[in-house]
Amino acid sequence: MPETVAFYLFAALAVGASALVIGQRNPMYSVLLLIASFGALSGLYIQLDAPFVAVAQIIIYAGAIMVLFLFVVMLLNAPREDAAEWDRTHPLRQPGITRWGSLLAGLLIVQLALALSRMNELSAPVATRTDAATVSSVHELGRVLFTRHTFAFEATSILILVAMVGAVLLARREDHA
Amino acid sequence: MIPLSHYLVLSAILFSIGTAGVFLRRNLITILLSIEIMLNAVNLSFVAFGRAAGDLDGQIIVFFVMTVAAAEAAVGLALIIALFRHKESLNPDAFTSLKW
Repeated sequence: MPETVAFYLFAALAVGASALVIGQRNPMYSVLLLIASFGALSGLYIQLDAPFVAVAQIIIYAGAIMVLFLFVVMLLNAPREDAAEWDRTHPLRQPGITRWGSLLAGLLIVQLALALSRMNELSAPVATRTDAATVSSVHELGRVLFTRHTFAFEATSILILVAMVGAVLLARREDHA
Repeated sequence: MIPLSHYLVLSAILFSIGTAGVFLRRNLITILLSIEIMLNAVNLSFVAFGRAAGDLDGQIIVFFVMTVAAAEAAVGLALIIALFRHKESLNPDAFTSLKW
């Protein structure tokens, strides 16, 4: 029973915070709310017996990526959306084809719900089929990562290097070039 | 205990919120944040499926998704800084020309 309560608490927190991220006009609040959403997701990962992913979520997403976002928001002096411009250019206020975005998102959720409702075997509890110890072991996770997925792991290091060079190149002032 | 479908429905809702954000918002930073929401929604289904299947591959791919998200955020934010320097705006409608 406490697990059910915790699941719905974390789920409500994640959905509510994510919805508010979309609703905020000030990007600073959006970033801070998204950190709350990631914290709730990290709680869900703990419930799913994935402690490594939960901690990586906090350290990498909330700690590194979101701080990078906050840094850029502050660097650009947090240009909040102008209310008059918002009213003029917001897609929901536009006629015709620019409203398709919300319609597409609504259709997506309907389609996903339909697809999920057809699958009866998914209603079994997620944690009863297998032992928690087999999926929660960080030792085993590291062994699989560095044996079976070595190539992908090394490819990621190249990706990070390229992203780093690209970010430096793109954000550089051109008059010094 | 929580059924797998609950996690998948939650993931679907989060993904749709992210999609709506990408389509509806007129601020480049919020659009990037919406993409992060979508990546996290997919991560949640990976971990939930991996837990149900009882192997570690779900968590492995989440690790790779996080790495790609970090790279995407770094390059995306660098692009936003470069764009803001040119037009003093974060509205994507300001960047309709290919050349300036």
